[in-house]
Amino acid sequence: MKIGVCIKQVPDTEARLRPSASGQWIDEEEIPFAINEGDEYAIEEAISIAEQTGGEVVVVTVGPERAREALRKALAVGAHRAVHLADEAYAGGDCWATARALAAVANRESFDLILTGSQSADVGFGTTGTLLASMLGWPHAWLVVGLEVADGSAKVTREMEAGKNELLQIGLPAVVEVQAGINKPRYASLKGIMQAKRKEVAELSPADLELDPSQVGAAGSRLEFLSVSVPPKGEGAQILEGDTAEVATQLVDKLRTEARVL
Amino acid sequence: MNRFSGVDYLDLDPFLDDEERLIRDTVRAFVDDKIKPIIEECHREGTFPLQVVPELAQLNLFGASIDDYGLPGLKGTAYGLIMQELERGDSGLRSMVSVQSSLVMYPIYTFGSQEQKDRWIPALASGEAIGCFGLTEPDFGSNPGGMRTTARRDGNEWVLNGAKQWITNGTLSAVAVVWAKTEDGIRGFLVENGTPGFTSSDQHGKFSLRASVTSELGFQDCRIPVNNILPKTEGLKNALMCLNQARYGIAWGGLGAAMECYHTALEYAKERLQFGGQPIASHQLVQDKLVWMVTEISKGQLLALQLARLKDEGRLRHFHVSMGKRNNVWVARECAKLAREILGANGIVDDYPVIRHMLNIESVYTYEGTHDIHGLVIGERVTGIPAYNPPAAKAAARQDAVVDPVSNRR
Repeated sequence: MKIGVCIKQVPDTEARLRPSASGQWIDEEEIPFAINEGDEYAIEEAISIAEQTGGEVVVVTVGPERAREALRKALAVGAHRAVHLADEAYAGGDCWATARALAAVANRESFDLILTGSQSADVGFGTTGTLLASMLGWPHAWLVVGLEVADGSAKVTREMEAGKNELLQIGLPAVVEVQAGINKPRYASLKGIMQAKRKEVAELSPADLELDPSQVGAAGSRLEFLSVSVPPKGEGAQILEGDTAEVATQLVDKLRTEARVL
Repeated sequence: MNRFSGVDYLDLDPFLDDEERLIRDTVRAFVDDKIKPIIEECHREGTFPLQVVPELAQLNLFGASIDDYGLPGLKGTAYGLIMQELERGDSGLRSMVSVQSSLVMYPIYTFGSQEQKDRWIPALASGEAIGCFGLTEPDFGSNPGGMRTTARRDGNEWVLNGAKQWITNGTLSAVAVVWAKTEDGIRGFLVENGTPGFTSSDQHGKFSLRASVTSELGFQDCRIPVNNILPKTEGLKNALMCLNQARYGIAWGGLGAAMECYHTALEYAKERLQFGGQPIASHQLVQDKLVWMVTEISKGQLLALQLARLKDEGRLRHFHVSMGKRNNVWVARECAKLAREILGANGIVDDYPVIRHMLNIESVYTYEGTHDIHGLVIGERVTGIPAYNPPAAKAAARQDAVVDPVSNRR
């Protein structure tokens, strides 16, 4: 079984973000980047499936040179090889353009299964995987917290509202978007890190994927960031102080007398 | 409190390679996820977190410098960064890994027979066996050459008599690397737990390294097979070679403890409001303390990185290591004090890691060659005059070759 894992390198959740000079994105200088958390679960899931079924895990990302570090980490944890879409032409792509590039990789690789996180921690649209499935014409499941693969199909558990889960059976190949709770990602071992150096990272240009540069990156996008800004501080916000009991008493009092909602 | 993201004032990160950064970040994440949530409790209870040993092994942290038996064969910087991150968690944790790797696996690998290596290296790497290193004795610390433990050959056996003290991992160990005097000088021996005549017991009442096991070992007509001698040991210098490996790691480890104290103090100073709602980080005196810490940590990083370069080129000498261990542990000790001051009363409770590091570092300051003895190693290097033994120093003084006492204290 050949499993593709689509990952994204995003600003570390601890990073202090500032709008960039253009105001259209954040200032990426001096901030740490990490693998998107949802994608960490996808990597772990793929590796454990491959361990059980003897398959191959190919990790794929669209991103600049710095994203190679994310691929290296995935390789260190146990992925077998990596595909890096680092060409300048891919830069600034929205979900649509990114999904198109990923679909081209999926076609070239003939994956049996694609795993990815349900949404990215930076822009958080949660649509890239869905678009990818639709472009490939594959079945698709989102917010997946359980996955069992057997005989050309997959049983997926999806998290629904009110603590209920839904169990689906979908045919392979499919795109499965996972989320927290599906597994506990392992740490890379030192041996794994040293072996990762010798694993293949293929850089593919749009031409390698038989795509026109106008189909990917900013040129192939339907969505444009006009501006990003720090949310304004809410007027009238109050921070209550004291221990839990005191704060709770104050809160109830305020909800009753000021907000009048109780 | 923000998660620790490293101290890198001098922008050293780009000078590390991808593997070094990934190794450091992996151990850092492990320490944050698995050690920090339990370590204060371990410290309070005075217990070593044995449950993390299999995980440490899975990460390949035992014997990480060995390039054999499927072990990672790490270079100096990567090994050092591991020690830094472990000690950022706790000096006791780093001590356990240091002893296992540098003081047990290193000598067995370097001075052991093929049979000894085949038996112990895989077991120690997997954490199935823990080891300890018995050199220090109740009456012989800085002067191990004076040791009283003896090994006498009797037919197909060696007979050991004596006692060892301050032995990290002692009662946890399946195997002890024990140094003893023979007719042919000091040699290393492997003594297995359970050997008749071999006893171990924990030392109690410690205010430092409480999350680490410290033991006494006793040998009373303890008979071990003749093949349990480490065949390639020739004298005390082999024991000192082991310590050199461990001390190299401590030069990095000290930085880890210092970084944790600095990070804690910095975050605290930015959030603690006094005098009209201003963070105490806006106070000049507080800034001065933070500046001192980050400057000394940065200098210590340069020192450690240079030791790593020398190590990788095979040019690292014991007197280089002495400067690294001495300086960087001292920096950690001073940073713990300054961080404690910045935290005020909160600095004395274990809601914050500072007081634990402060207590731990007192051990680290003294073990693996005391601060002062390392000073004498450096002194001997620059003057050519060994001053470990006062009469020799007096004799040298008579020849008008007196060393200026140089204090590097603030």
